[in-house]
Amino acid sequence: MSQNTQQLLKNKKKNILELWMKNQLADEGLREDLISNDELRSQSEELINSLINNLSSENFNNLESDEWSPVIEILGGIAITRARQGFSPRETGNFVFSLKEAILDVLQQEITDDPLTLFKESTKVNKIMDNLSVVTFETFIKGREEVILRQTDEITEISTPVIRVWDGILALPIIGTLDSARTQIVMENLLQEIVETGSSIAILDISGVPAVDSLVAQHLIKTVSATRLMGAECIISGIRPEIAQTVVHLGIDLSNIITKATLASALAYSFKVMRLEVKKISTVSKS
Amino acid sequence: MDKIPILRMGAYLLVTIQVDLYDRLALNLEADLVQMVNKTSAKGVLIDISAVSIVDSFMGRIIGNIASMSKILDAETVVVGMQPAVAITLIELGLPLKGVHTALDMEKGMNLLKSMIDSTEDDADEDQTADDLITE
Repeated sequence: MSQNTQQLLKNKKKNILELWMKNQLADEGLREDLISNDELRSQSEELINSLINNLSSENFNNLESDEWSPVIEILGGIAITRARQGFSPRETGNFVFSLKEAILDVLQQEITDDPLTLFKESTKVNKIMDNLSVVTFETFIKGREEVILRQTDEITEISTPVIRVWDGILALPIIGTLDSARTQIVMENLLQEIVETGSSIAILDISGVPAVDSLVAQHLIKTVSATRLMGAECIISGIRPEIAQTVVHLGIDLSNIITKATLASALAYSFKVMRLEVKKISTVSKS
Repeated sequence: MDKIPILRMGAYLLVTIQVDLYDRLALNLEADLVQMVNKTSAKGVLIDISAVSIVDSFMGRIIGNIASMSKILDAETVVVGMQPAVAITLIELGLPLKGVHTALDMEKGMNLLKSMIDSTEDDADEDQTADDLITE
């Protein structure tokens, strides 16, 4: 980028900012509920300052160079905050693209006499801004992924409670999809709890599992076998009709596993195995 | 040479493995145990592996072998006190130890053995009476 243009952009910084703000405020997708106008302006100003100060004749091709790192840092910060605040990708993209528009507009107004220079400089500006957009998007998506990862971790942590329903009977309601990592956690928790409580029956309730494919079924069989090796019995309950259909269609053999339709029937079966009886007390008064 | 003691208690044999098994030790145990079952005509074998923290596929197979061999010699095998980590390892190795009975601890294992042997004896008695009836 030539010295002239650089100087020109420096001089016109105020104009660019105003134009950019105007563009942003005119945008229909402006999210006043997520970010205030003042905040938006200070964000924009910060970005423009660092962008224009870092423009030099050599570095516009190479975003990896150290001179760009402050700009990228600011942009990355903005993108991550936006990802956490719940901005859509389009809104985040428009944030950068409207800056490009503003700069191009200013260039067009200022360089009126020399079309060739205008074209050259515009191309360069385009290139830089496109690169910056890519960086923004990368960071934005990274921010989103971090949110998702954190949520996944939380779900795994809270979603495998082992409940002691009776002396010697454990229940483990599974909610959500079973993958290898989760099965491992479920299995470890269950086996540990069996050792600690000395329970001889474990009920695995899968009414909260949306779908059972061959992999999930294999995980279930593994858990049941491991429980059996520990010397406890494992019952699978809460199998919905659709799941029964899929299991049979996939040709999975669950015949050597005790399966019950509901948690209640599994509990009833456990009582029978443990030779317990639940009785209704007669309500006839003694008087 | 280390040896794992095999204790006799009535009609049962007790094996408590207190050390981590290595291959030679396991093979010796297998041989000794089958000999003992034969000599004492035991009805049940109880193997306590609560102190075993490491297993491999070989050990899994030995345990399975012991169970099958005892079965042929008319003795039931119950493995008690398996650690969670050991159970998970065996499953991941694809060794669900079919044909081996398991129990959580010694007490439950003993009860299981008793109930199994009682029921087989009951069957034998019933067979006896049925035979008697036929002869009469």
